[in-house]
Amino acid sequence: MANVKVLVAKPGLDGHDRGAKVVARALRDAGFEVIYTGIRLTPEQIAEAALQDDVNVVALSLLSGAHNTLFPKVVELLKAKGMKNVLVIGGGVIPEADIPGLKAAGIKEVFTPGTPTTKVVEFIKANVK
Amino acid sequence: MNIVEDLLNHSRLALAKGITAVENEYDNAVEIMTKIYPHTGNAYVIGITGPPGAGKSTMTDGIAKEYRKRGKTVGIVAIDPTSPYSGGAILGDRIRMMDLMGDDGIFIRSMATRGSLGGLSQKAGDAVKLMDAFGMDVIIVETVGVGQSEVDIVKTADTTMVVVIPGMGDDIQAIKAGILEIGDLITINKADREGTDKLNIEMEMMLELNPEHVQWRPPINRTIASRGEGIEEVVNSIEEHHKYLVDSGKLAEIRKKRIKSEITDMINVRVNRYIDKNVVRTPDFEKTVTKLQSRELDPYSVVDGIVGKVLK
Ligand SMILES: Nc1nc2c(ncn2[C@@H]2O[C@H](COP(=O)(O)OP(=O)(O)OP(=O)(O)O)[C@@H](O)[C@H]2O)c(=O)[nH]1
Ligand SMILES: [Mg+2]
Repeated sequence: MANVKVLVAKPGLDGHDRGAKVVARALRDAGFEVIYTGIRLTPEQIAEAALQDDVNVVALSLLSGAHNTLFPKVVELLKAKGMKNVLVIGGGVIPEADIPGLKAAGIKEVFTPGTPTTKVVEFIKANVK
Repeated sequence: MNIVEDLLNHSRLALAKGITAVENEYDNAVEIMTKIYPHTGNAYVIGITGPPGAGKSTMTDGIAKEYRKRGKTVGIVAIDPTSPYSGGAILGDRIRMMDLMGDDGIFIRSMATRGSLGGLSQKAGDAVKLMDAFGMDVIIVETVGVGQSEVDIVKTADTTMVVVIPGMGDDIQAIKAGILEIGDLITINKADREGTDKLNIEMEMMLELNPEHVQWRPPINRTIASRGEGIEEVVNSIEEHHKYLVDSGKLAEIRKKRIKSEITDMINVRVNRYIDKNVVRTPDFEKTVTKLQSRELDPYSVVDGIVGKVLK
């Protein structure tokens, strides 16, 4: 019996996790096993937790700021640790103009505020390996 | 990747993949467990259990840090319940332990109960063995509650600690029986809260009334895990219990018992599966059930016949 495991994490310094918690609950209700890791994390902490739990998906959320460096850094560290086939997705207040760059860096999809959680669930189901 | 070889060479990725193999019952799981078995039996296993929100994960984090200070490597298996509605789960233990990420001497695995706790105790036991073979000195298993199924999981531990907190009201009554059965150590966490002294007295009295504790009397420690207070003493108590088990010869005894019960469980699972496949899910069995319903046959003769055939 294989279950989809999703790590939900907030890199960076902003301190709210209401949004991430809502997503975590929605993912659980969709039948995923959600590893909730909290706020103010470094990319290294996130990538190491993803390795230890051997997750299929890493869902990153960031309200403001450093997504252009932090998101790609997580992808890079996962690769360095030998974690292939991890679906990395991102969410938060992310300017439209930044999205192509993030996708090129290996973030498979970016969800901006207001996206219904059902869309995130569907995307994971369709793309998880 | 050769999971076994790499795991024995300290690949963290191989350890992660090995646990996934047993967790998901992949085809290679049996082979992995077979090959690593000779490399197990070296780690000291600690079970931590108690009611939801008692501070078990916070305490686990503190205990892991204390063992790291003492030069030991630490594996952690943190188990949370699967939601019966969706089959999903929120595994929230790791949130209390994120400051341990980046330490090569630590490996934490979150596991969901996935419906069958019976199956889980075997999987959790396998995860412990994989961490053991990897070379972890100490392995901590965190489970919630002190019901029967959790007791089964805790049976994989050499030392079991039950965490209680003040203000549990009547819940404490239900937990008492569990504590008496499995607790080698009792820790009152959230000792910053009102009711700590009262709870301490209750626990003392409970132990007083239990004649079983002649050689080892479970010590009662007080902690404020969120501030790291009292953790050093808890680890001292764990080590005292460890020493008691070694000196009294009990460690070998309980480990032998554990092997016996593990192997019995495995045989039961295998036999049940065989019967399910070759007896229960056959057209013949359907016909037999119909005949039982019309009273053409009786259950005793049917069971005798089937068991006779299976055990032939
Ligand atoms: N006041 C107080 N709060 C504490 C103490 N130890 C832990 N907490 C808090 O209690 C809450 C639950 O802590 P956890 O460590 O997640 O508890 P747990 O027993 O692992 O919880 P579950 O795994 O969900 O059953 C957190 O908010 C902790 O910060 C303590 O000694 N005093
Ligand atoms: Mg916990």
